[in-house]
Amino acid sequence: MSNLVFEGAKGHDHGHDHEHDHGHHDAGEMKIFGFWIYLMTDCILFASIFAAYAVLVNNVAGGPAGHDIFELPYVLGETACLLLSSITYGFAMLAMHKGNKSGVLGWLFVTFLFGLGFIGMEINEFHMLISEGYGPNRSGFLSAFFTLVGTHGLHVTSGLIWMAIMMYQVNKNGLTATNQTRLSMLSLFWHFLDVVWICVFTVVYLMGTI
Amino acid sequence: MFGKLSLDAIPFHEPIVMITIAMIAIGGAAVLGLITYFKKWTYLWTEWLTSVDHKKIGVMYIIIAMVMLLRGFADAIMMRSQLALATEGSPGYLPPEHYDQIFTAHGVIMIIFMAMPFFTGLMNIVLPLQIGARDVAFPFLNSLSLYLLISGVVLVNVSLGVGEFARTGWVAYPPLSELGYSPGVGVDYYIWALQLSGLGTTLTGVNFLVTVLKMRTPGMKLMDMPIFTWTCTWANVLIVASFPILTATLALLTLDRYLDFHIFTNELGGNPMMYVNLFWAWGHPEVYILILPAFGVFSEVISTFTGKRLFGHHSMIYASGAISVLGFMVWLHHFFTMGSGASVNAFFGLATMLISIPTGVKLFNWLFTIYQGRLRFTAPVMWTLGFMVTFSIGGMTGVLLAIPGADFVLHNSLFVIAHFHNVIIGGAVFGYIAGFAFWFPKAFGFKLNEKWGKAAFWFWISGFYVAFMPLYALGFMGMTRRLNTTDNPDWTPYLHVAFWGAALIMVGIACQLIQIYVSIRDREQNRDVTGDPWNGHTLEWSTSSPPPFYNFAELPKANEIDAFYAAKRDGEAYPVPAKYSDIHMPNNTATGLVMGALLTVFGFAMIWHIWWLSIASLVGTIVYFVIHAARDDQGYMVPASEVARIEGEQHKILASVRNAQANTPVNKLEQA
Amino acid sequence: MANSHHSHDDSSHGSFKSYMVGFVLSIILTAIPFGLVMFPTVSKVATLWIVLIFAVVQVLVHLVYFLHLDRSVAQRNNVVAFAFATLVIVLLVGLTVWIMFSIHTAMMAH
Repeated sequence: MSNLVFEGAKGHDHGHDHEHDHGHHDAGEMKIFGFWIYLMTDCILFASIFAAYAVLVNNVAGGPAGHDIFELPYVLGETACLLLSSITYGFAMLAMHKGNKSGVLGWLFVTFLFGLGFIGMEINEFHMLISEGYGPNRSGFLSAFFTLVGTHGLHVTSGLIWMAIMMYQVNKNGLTATNQTRLSMLSLFWHFLDVVWICVFTVVYLMGTI
Repeated sequence: MFGKLSLDAIPFHEPIVMITIAMIAIGGAAVLGLITYFKKWTYLWTEWLTSVDHKKIGVMYIIIAMVMLLRGFADAIMMRSQLALATEGSPGYLPPEHYDQIFTAHGVIMIIFMAMPFFTGLMNIVLPLQIGARDVAFPFLNSLSLYLLISGVVLVNVSLGVGEFARTGWVAYPPLSELGYSPGVGVDYYIWALQLSGLGTTLTGVNFLVTVLKMRTPGMKLMDMPIFTWTCTWANVLIVASFPILTATLALLTLDRYLDFHIFTNELGGNPMMYVNLFWAWGHPEVYILILPAFGVFSEVISTFTGKRLFGHHSMIYASGAISVLGFMVWLHHFFTMGSGASVNAFFGLATMLISIPTGVKLFNWLFTIYQGRLRFTAPVMWTLGFMVTFSIGGMTGVLLAIPGADFVLHNSLFVIAHFHNVIIGGAVFGYIAGFAFWFPKAFGFKLNEKWGKAAFWFWISGFYVAFMPLYALGFMGMTRRLNTTDNPDWTPYLHVAFWGAALIMVGIACQLIQIYVSIRDREQNRDVTGDPWNGHTLEWSTSSPPPFYNFAELPKANEIDAFYAAKRDGEAYPVPAKYSDIHMPNNTATGLVMGALLTVFGFAMIWHIWWLSIASLVGTIVYFVIHAARDDQGYMVPASEVARIEGEQHKILASVRNAQANTPVNKLEQA
Repeated sequence: MANSHHSHDDSSHGSFKSYMVGFVLSIILTAIPFGLVMFPTVSKVATLWIVLIFAVVQVLVHLVYFLHLDRSVAQRNNVVAFAFATLVIVLLVGLTVWIMFSIHTAMMAH
């Protein structure tokens, strides 16, 4: 935080205030990079769960397999929610870079609604399965399914909570440097969750139905 | 209201445990009482507990590591004495249900709560100084990592008095670790202690990677960084790559135990062997995480005490990288016998043997550094030489075990136990103790007593051989691990010898404790006045001992390997700048401590199924963090005048030392 | 105050155009796999390969158009970190599947 790292920046004179700003700005860039590395660890966490799913996918213990319980049109709807939310978050970031506070708040809100829609659909799907007796304790396959999809859902939920907090903070304090850094980190998080979802719908739902 | 918790959780019927708890309670009360008596609570709070200074955090890590070394070693002495007594049908004094917890706790404590914090502490103190930085990238996160470790430590120690610990061995394989075969709270203590401390470790990995990539002093290229910094960096790469696997695996086990999932269960389609696979996918990188920083210590120690630049600086970096990457391709050698067949076994056996090549490169680099140098036989050097011999033997037994056919005979025997203690003690522990002795003056301003340090070394190394060489023999003779009694008369003499080896190590540890006492007592005679007690090569030695809280008034110049050596060579060491600047420093914060405390409560509540408390403490943790983040603390500025004052004092001391000596001896620099 | 730092921002950000390109590509790369599985047109093996390849491509589309990974110096650290994570994931998942499948065959495990 107190180091002056002039990576890629043009030379500047060493006035005290300007140094101060640079320190802050580079601190933001450092935080975003640190968050990216954390996201890499999250990728590996998901990979471990994917590996477990791959091993357990055929362990149905006499219960239902994927093609018995997956409804692809429904999953397409969930995917649409998440993909749209990625775009709307992108629009929020464009607004942020233009300094447009109300634009940011508006697009964040739309993103939040799409994300909430995704979670709502997923909770509904889980509820249906459990009430039919196809919950996670029915078989190894179902345990792995609920774990993988559920872990992704928990991440999305965390993202929504973070998003709500950011909407509050941006509304209250405006597009400060700190808020912009945090919105950038949330942007990485949100897009990363969409990337994981691509893997989920491919490996779980599509390959489970082929 | 209290879940599964009741007064029955306290093991009143086990005298050994009750006496231990009593001793811990009395000792703890004594410490708290002394702090109160000397009115040190404010000092402790403001200078240490809420500090975000990497140097202070590092010291706290090492203190924890040393305390846990004592607890882990107590477990070891109990095991060795039990096995020495319980031969040929005699039951000994530790029943199986107690003994099983001891060997589980011994493994968990030594690896997770002794070795990991020890290297993390050394890295914390040294790495930012070596790269000419003022702190790590994320000082608050650093504090949080420390408190997450403490959460794990607290839970493991509480398990002694409230409930029980796991009886599964430190690896906790299902189905034994599943609810059906471990219905008690022991495995849950294990899970939550590892999850919380593991999260701290992962955050440390992220923190130090960003620090190394973004906060080097201007001019320091990556390939110029000191080797200790480099090996720690590779270790951090391994941390961020492997710890998520552990997090996921323990989470899956947790789902099985808490929500009746069937990931690793025997019935309804679970696959217990999957746990073994995933656990070791983390577990193998973990042991390289432990050894790489120790390798870095040896590089620094050898180059400093021969007065030569380290031979093969670049090849050291590449070799460490090769070890790291290969470390991700060998994990099956922990379960050759689980039945994956010849092709799989051959691949992993070959990959395992390949790792000995870059390791050999490093060893030869150290030897070439010593060759034609003038090695000073200080305590750190003794530990290093002891490492070279001991680790090599351990490594060779590892290559032996890497042959699947041989492993089929030796898997789960004492040969394996002897092998990994050989490399962990000879490698990691000797390395951390060497690093402790090497950098102690930097952290505290005075040197450790050499005599007691060397005594500790001789007792440790002789104790190690006496304790573990018999175990190699016992492995060949068929004795398996985790036995609490034996009935083969051929084994008895070896078990007796091994016990005396442990006793020798105990004397070695006692020497270390005495060394600390004597060193503190004699600190005025052993002051490190200049900050450079060993004629060091790297930037940490250019600061005072201890360094000022901001480390460097001006970011140091570093254009080549061994930047401080270069500065001394060119007559540019200890520059006095024309003008000092204000320095931006982070504020102390209690948030790490509070979050750690709340998460400890969360872990305890999850263990005992006190659901309302789990929810409350988890929500509380998140809320507290959000409030901390919203405060958006920007730190404070240290005025240039204050910096000038502190620097002026040190420059005065340096000047008086220079006047006292005619010349500062600089050893000849030999190109690699 | 914040927008004046636009030119110093090291983590690149997109434009409306790049987000839209990414969006449209993602729609196509999602619709086709879903379509092929919901309305089987080609063989199962072919469907599987298409589904997998389209997933990999869509991940790359997301990385480039939404996460702004590119070959610039500013993104170098991010790309290296991602490449390393990918290596670890390929090793972890690939070797795990090989190991567990081999055990399954050799041990006739359930």
